[in-house]
Parts: sequence; structure tokens; C-alpha cells
Amino acid sequence: MLRIPCPYCGERDHSEFSYGGPADLVYPDIDCDEMEAWSEAVYCRDNPRGPQRELWHHLQGCRLWMVVERDTLTHEIAGAQPVQAALKPILGSGS
Amino acid sequence: MSGYRLDSGGRVDRDHPLPFRWDSQALTGLAGDTLASALLANGVSVVGRSFKYHRPRGVTSAGVEEGGAIVTLNSGPWAEPNAKATTVEMYKGLEAFGQNAWPSVRFDLGEVNGLFGRFFSAGFYYKTFMGPLRGTRAWMFYEYFIRRAAGMGTAPRAADPDDYETAHAFCDVLVIGSGPAGLEAALTAADSGLDVLLVEQDFELGGDLLTGDPLIGDQPAGDWLRTRTAALQTHERIRIMRRTTAFGLYDNCVAGLVERVTDHLPGAPAHLPRQRFWVVRPRRVILASGALERAFCFGDNDRPGVMTASAAAAYVGRYGVAPGRRALVATNNDSGYRCAALLARNGIATTVLEARAEAGTAGARLQELGVELRLGTAPLQALGRTGLTGVRTARARGAAWHADQQIECDVLAVSGGWSPVVNLLSHRGVRPVYDATLAAFLPGEIREPIHVCGSAAGIWDAGDCVRSGQSAAAAAARALGFDASLVAMPPAGGWPTPIRPLWEVRDEIGGVLGKSFVDPQHDVTSEDVRQAHREGFVSVEHLKRYTTLGMATDQGKVGNVIGLALMAEASGSSMAETGTTTFRPPYTPVALGALSGRSAGSHWRPTRITPMHRWHQRQGARMTEAGLWLRPWYYPRGDEDLEAAYRREMQIVRERVGLVDVSTLGKIAVQGPDAAVFLNRVYVNGFLKLPVGKARYGVMLRDDGVVMDDGTTWRLSDTDYFMTTTTANAAAVLAWLEQLLETRWPDLLVRVTSVTEQWAGFAVAGPRSREVLAALADDIDLSDTGCPFMAVRQGLLQGVPCRIARLSFSGELAYEVYVPSGFGEALAEVLWATVEPQGGVLYGTEALGALRIEKGHVAGAELDGRTTLDDLGMGRMASTTKPFIGSVLRHRAGLADPNRPRLVGIVPVEPGQRLRNGALLFADQNVSGHGIGWISSVTYSHECAGHIGLGFIAGGLASWMDRTAVLSDPVRGDCFAVRVVAPCFVDPQGERLHA
Repeated sequence: MLRIPCPYCGERDHSEFSYGGPADLVYPDIDCDEMEAWSEAVYCRDNPRGPQRELWHHLQGCRLWMVVERDTLTHEIAGAQPVQAALKPILGSGS
Repeated sequence: MSGYRLDSGGRVDRDHPLPFRWDSQALTGLAGDTLASALLANGVSVVGRSFKYHRPRGVTSAGVEEGGAIVTLNSGPWAEPNAKATTVEMYKGLEAFGQNAWPSVRFDLGEVNGLFGRFFSAGFYYKTFMGPLRGTRAWMFYEYFIRRAAGMGTAPRAADPDDYETAHAFCDVLVIGSGPAGLEAALTAADSGLDVLLVEQDFELGGDLLTGDPLIGDQPAGDWLRTRTAALQTHERIRIMRRTTAFGLYDNCVAGLVERVTDHLPGAPAHLPRQRFWVVRPRRVILASGALERAFCFGDNDRPGVMTASAAAAYVGRYGVAPGRRALVATNNDSGYRCAALLARNGIATTVLEARAEAGTAGARLQELGVELRLGTAPLQALGRTGLTGVRTARARGAAWHADQQIECDVLAVSGGWSPVVNLLSHRGVRPVYDATLAAFLPGEIREPIHVCGSAAGIWDAGDCVRSGQSAAAAAARALGFDASLVAMPPAGGWPTPIRPLWEVRDEIGGVLGKSFVDPQHDVTSEDVRQAHREGFVSVEHLKRYTTLGMATDQGKVGNVIGLALMAEASGSSMAETGTTTFRPPYTPVALGALSGRSAGSHWRPTRITPMHRWHQRQGARMTEAGLWLRPWYYPRGDEDLEAAYRREMQIVRERVGLVDVSTLGKIAVQGPDAAVFLNRVYVNGFLKLPVGKARYGVMLRDDGVVMDDGTTWRLSDTDYFMTTTTANAAAVLAWLEQLLETRWPDLLVRVTSVTEQWAGFAVAGPRSREVLAALADDIDLSDTGCPFMAVRQGLLQGVPCRIARLSFSGELAYEVYVPSGFGEALAEVLWATVEPQGGVLYGTEALGALRIEKGHVAGAELDGRTTLDDLGMGRMASTTKPFIGSVLRHRAGLADPNRPRLVGIVPVEPGQRLRNGALLFADQNVSGHGIGWISSVTYSHECAGHIGLGFIAGGLASWMDRTAVLSDPVRGDCFAVRVVAPCFVDPQGERLHA
């Protein structure tokens, strides 16, 4: 069981969360009509061995979306912070 | 073997006899016994029959590693097969049965299997029956008998009648094991200020100390244990859980425990669960799980009466049971001498067969007890069939062995060395490292917050184990920021005379005499291991699977190290090169009931009911499951069945009026200044120009262009929208909207909130629906001009605040009416009071579905996560003037293929034939493969006077309109012609809903 330090609720079981993909993936702007750009964003994923920044949704908690730093090899979690920049100074980092 | 109870000694209570039953015999044990010790005390020697060969088996250990005394407990639905008698705590009225034998374990006709031993060697199954015979009738025939003959106990067929619970716990440090290292670690950690949870799988604390031997410093083990236990039990920072097994260790040190709450209680109180599954989240773990003694192999080493030396010591020292009258202790290390001394002190004639050339200080002490010591000697073959009668010995000559003489005995206690219990570390991916000097796998490098101490770390001396416990606890305390003075970790090892690694005794010329078992539980012999090597199985993981060595409930506790050593020997490589297999959770078997806890039966998942649930029940509704929800399915009148009821309900809706509960639809408040912009990006159709007081049907896609969900969204004010989703997708749509707002478009000022449970709703459908609502509305103009199609109105309905929208799923003039949930039942009452006198009906999901199929509206069966707008015939809905989620990728080449399966209507060519959903569609009579389409939804239609369906067919209406295809349903045996028609069977112009 991974334990994720939600910046709002504190440390919780990963079963309360859902995974939302890599955090640094930038989706094309909604106005973008390039098939290539959308294909790249929707289908292509890196598969890093080691630390990865990823999105998690505290689905059965505060429903905050957060960026979790997780090592894909050891499952070690370095910390979590809210995705929304405006919330960072208020909630800080969950690590 | 002729075991008997000693007059004194041990931790059993001789004033507390406990009657129990073994097969048909009434026997008596004592409080403090295990089933195994009680059976030994009663002179029972054959306790089980082996897996493949049905050889008689006795008690071979005193713990979880037991491979012989495997029994069935209880009977009827309470029967529990494959229990290890060595871990079953005795209680009054315990019932146990021999298994895998007929008629009994003493006289088992299956023993004939032993005569065909060569057919049952490694991989026999694959070679014999997967070869030329595979798939033939002969294979079917043999397989049936082999499955019956080879196997373990029989699981009960009835549902588990017991209750189980799930519980959660937190602590600073979880200490696993309560031997000298674990007890000391728990006390030291608690004294340093840590919150400690100590778990012990046994019913008594103490581990190996329960045998009552070694000295710890100058203190007898019993005294030390007593004072330590007393200190632990009164310590405010220590919680102790006995009868609790830490069966798995997971990420972040999260541990799975199973606590046996009432298994040891006769007539357990009804309020207690049988077992509790604990999820413990410690900050650090101290692993003091001990070590398991292994034997070495020799001929017929499975004869009842052969056991490990530590087991013989435990039966004497802990349970006050003599396992026999004439004992041989065979050892290759110093630890066997404790057993010999205990047996001798309790009046059992004892001879030590020492595999080493000298025995050092350990041997010298035995002389005082009158024990004969034979150096350079080991057992070559055990004699006797259902009980040990003697041993043929071998003399060492260098590394080889030569048959020597025969010695009479009825118990043979063997110590081949110790294997640290590193199973839980293996769960964490820590690979053990072989130490050739200690002949043991020791814990490898650990990167997680886990500290290993005691014999789990290969530390054999009890005093050193205590110090290692202090050391581990101090390290844990300091890592958590507590004050603790560091204590040096004692090195592994601790025997004055080194062990002589010994895996198998066989005669240099004659080889193995009889069968030499590596893993008795699975009947894997040393010859099986060598055969696997000869057949090219080099990897130990392959060896394990080919021979079944150390699989299943055993998880390599007993035979793994020996098997690896024999493999290394056969391949001429070192243990380190040979490697080891991975131990997987659970460490010991866990009842499935414990894992599911209270989540069984109707509590398997939550049940959601609408505010009108009880009202529906009072109206005689039959309910059906829709995801977690219970919804009215149909409302039978008299002895109507489903078919009759839904046909009546749908007909009356079309002719007059009906009510259906739609509270289960997902409802999301979309609010904020940018709500219109947001909806406009989420839905394929335009939402910017939706005026206040109007609703619009919308479809949303996923990023990849596939349809995600549909529903209506009502504009209540400039900044307030009320979105409805399908019942099934409510949660997923909310999470998706949140994800978009938080991760992709944080600049949009919009909030989304689930209000599904805040609003209760009915759809009022049918030509008379306006009359019904008009009669009830206090302040809403429901005329066609006052409330046109898709209008949204808020007001009072008999004084109840409500939201009404003129929407239709049925194709009739219809409205959806929502009130705050608390008014749900009141809404039902007032609506029904008006509908019933009009000759209207209540209708359930079956009629709801029938009406929408007639109208060609898509639902869950069509929105299956694979269909696009164009597949559903809704391509024209998509705006071409704005971007939306999925607007680019929905034009991918594959999705634009005109030959994709597209939505169509289906009717049978022959009137009266019944369509079934799931049937496949084919172009012609050549019915094979997966076809060119399928039927997704079907119903009976009054208007069409027969069955109709919706489905998908390659090319859709463009290729198939009014053409004939072939329906095939191989499962239910249908095959007939159908005609493809437009997917709207009723009022295609929409005159009724605009009425």
C-alpha cells in the first residue's frame, strides 16, 4: 500500500486516490487542431525508471488534484503538492 | 512411534484436561497443547497422508513449517482443510480429521500410488498427459482419477458461515515475533518513547524460549521470559497481539495481519468475529521472525517419528510430551545438543549421531547425562512403515557416506541447520544472500525502514539475540527522532563449533535407499530435483515450478534451501550462483473470509437507494440493480411477470401517462462566471448561447474522440447550470470535470459539485403529463407557450420548491421534476395521487428502456466506451465552429472509416421472432467468426407489434438500410433473418414531444 501525503488531508492510503498520468505532460491548448500534437499527448508516455512526477486525485477524500513525486522503481514517495499554483502557498507540500 | 505424556514439565496445565476427537477416536489433551502435541501424547503416530504417494506421515515440526501433520478441522460448512496440527491450539471439543486418505490415514488404499512412484516424478503431469494423449478421451479419463488421487483436503461446498472483520492500526514500530529478540526490541523501543505493536503468531509469547531452555546470561530462559512478559504487558506504549500472523509486508511498511480471534474458543461468543484482518501502517518495522530448523535428506526421511530436533525439544520442554521412548538425535551443528539434553533429562534413552568429526564443548556436556555420542555418523535410511522402528546409519569418510549399522529407535530428531525467516523481506524485494560458513541465507541489503534482529538475522545465541533486539530498537528509535543510545549489532552465527553443511546422506555406492524427500508436503524428492536438472531445468524458478518444490502453502519454509543445494550440487555450481526463489505473501495461509471481512453478501458493496425507495416498495415494485443503485424494475399487477408488466407499463405511458423515478441520474452543479465557456469545451455541441430557463441535450467525448457520456444541462441563471449524467457514469464524469478544471484549465472560474443526492426526481411522461403537472403546480405556467420543449422552470409544486424541465426520453410529451431529496416521498405521493385517477402507471427501468429503444435513444449498451458520435449517428450534433474535448482525435483515420459498425434498428423478418441482445449479425447464412455487427438493446414494441432492437452493423444504414442480415446467437441457439431499419421506430418527426 502506497501512502500519499495529501497536502490537505495528510498521509492517506493510495486506495483513496486515483491516478491521473504524468504531471508534466502538457495537453495542447483546446484551440489546437493538430492531430499530431493531440496524438502525442493522448497516446505517448515515457516509462521512466526512477523518480516521476505524477498526478493523483484524492477521490475519496478532499478531491484535490496533486502532483506526487514517486520513484517507479522503489515506490518511494518524496512528497505531494497541489496542482493549482494558487493553493501551494496555503497548503504547502505534503512531504 | 510411541509418544506419551511426561509426568511433569512443560507449560501445559495437567489440571485442565480437554477432550477432543481425532477421526472417530475420543482423546484428551491439556490446556496449552497444540493438536499435534496432544496427538503425540496420545500415542498417535500417523496423522496424515502425503500429497501424491499417500505415504503415512506424522508430526515433523512444532510450527508453521509443518509438512506432515496436515489435517482437516471441524466438519460441515465449518470444515477447514489443510490445517497444520502443529499450530492448532487445543480446546475442549476440538474435532480433527485425517485427510487425503480413504478409508483412513492409517489404512489408505491410495498408498498403491507409491508403487507407481516413477510415473509421479517431476513433471509427470506434463510429460504423461500433455504429450500424445492430450485432448484425447484417455487424457480426460486419467486426469479425473489423478486429480482425485493427488491432492489435499476437500474444501466445504457451503458458504462460509463465520463472521470476519477488517481493522486498521497505526504504530511507530511494528515488532514481528516475540522470541528473545522481539521481546527485547519491543521493550527497548517502548522505553525510548515509541508506540509499539508486538505481534506473535503463537498463542504464547516467547518463541523458542517456550522450550524452557538456554540460559540468557546467567538467567534461565523461563525466568527471563516471565519478567520480560510482565514488563511488556504493563507497558503503556505496547500493544500485544497474540495468535496474530504478519502474513505480508507491502509498500511503505504496510503490513497485513490476520488475528485468530475465536478459533481456539469452544462455543465462541456470537459478537466476536472468527478472525480479524488487520491493515497496520507502522512507521518502521522490526523483523524478529526467527529461524526455522531444517533437516537434511536421507532415505525414507518421512517416516512417522522423524522430526526436527527443535520440534522434539519443544514437545518435551514446552508441551511435556515424550515423542518416543528411544531417541536418536542426528545433527550437523551445535543446536541439536539442546534437544539431546532435554530428551535425556526426561528419561528418554538418547543417542546422538553427529555428522561432524568432533562435537566440541556441546558434546562434552552430554557425557554427564549419559548420552552416547557417535561422531562422523548420520542416518542413511529410516526403517518402519507407519511408525519408525529403527535407523540404518552411515559413517562419514571424507565428504562421502558409507552404510554402517542398524540402530533401533522410535523417534529420530534431525537438525540440519537453521534457515532465517526472511519471507517478509522477500515480499519487499530483498533478496537473501547465502552465507557458506553458516550454511544459511541471510537478509540482503535493506533500503526500507525495516530492521532485522535475532535468528532472522542469523544470530543463533539467545544472549546475542537479546542484544540484537536492543540494537534494532535503538536504530528504529533514532531514525524516528527519539533518544536512544546505540547498541552494536552482534554478528551472525554463534556456535562454538562450525556447522558441517549437509544436504543429503546417501551411500557412496548404493545411493539413496528408499525415497529421500526434500519437500515432504508436495512429495518432492531429491531424485526429482536431480531429474529436473538432467532435463535441463537450470533456473531455480523453473525447478520450483517443474517439481512444485516449496510452492503453495509451504512457500519454501522447509525444503527450499535443501532443494537449492541439491540443484547446486547437480550443476556443479555454488549456492550463490544457483540463487534463490522468491517467497510470496501470504507467509501462512489466510482464510479468504478474513480478507473480505464484512464485505460479503449484501455488504460486498454499498447499496444506494433513492429517497422514494420505500414508497416504491409499498407500491409493489420489483427492484433491480443499476450499478450500486436499486431501482424499480417493474410494478407487477396481480400475477404479472416482467414481460407482461413492462408491456402494460409502456403502453399506458404512450396512451396516457406514467411516472418513473430518475433520482439516480448523476447531477452536477456547474457554477461560476466561466461555466458557459467550460460547458462549451466539454460538450460537442454549443452551450454558449443556451439561454437562462432552457435545457440542452449534450454529448461529451474523451480526449481520444470516443463518446464518454450524455445528458441534459439546464441553465438556471447566468452562472448556475444543472448538469445531468447517466446513472452509470455520474462519478466518472464528475472526476473528469474536476481534472479538466484543476489540471488543464485552472484559469477558468468554475466549480463543479455533485448534487446527485440533494435532488430527488421523477419523469412524468405521456400525453396527459401536462394535465398532471398543471393540476399540481402552484405558480408555473405549463402551457406549450409558457413551458415549451426544453424549457426549464422553477417554482412550487403543492408548496414544495421544485425544478421542472420539459424533456423527453420516451418520445412522449414529458417533464422531469426535481425536488430537494427530503421531499422525494412527498413528491411521489402528490404525483401518484393525480396520475392514478388519470389511469396512469408507475413504470420501472424495463419499460423506461423499452420506450427509449422504440425512440432510438442511445444508453449504456450503446455508449460502451468504443463508439463515436458518427457510429451513433450523431455526427451532425458536433459543432464545426468551436473546439471541444475530442474534436481533433475524433477525426482519426480509423474512426472515420465508413465501414465501422454504425447504429441501426433491427427487426425480425419473420414476425413473432424474438431478438436478444448480444446476438451477432452476419452478412449472409455463412455464420462464422465474430460477424459484422451485434445487437445491443432489444424490446417488445406495441407500435411495431413485435420485437425490435438497436444494434451496430459495419457500414450502418448507408450500406444496409432495408436489407436483410442474419442474426446468430450461438449461445442461445438462435439463427434467423433480420431486416435493418432506421433506429427510430416511433414518431420519427417528434410530433408527440412537441405537442
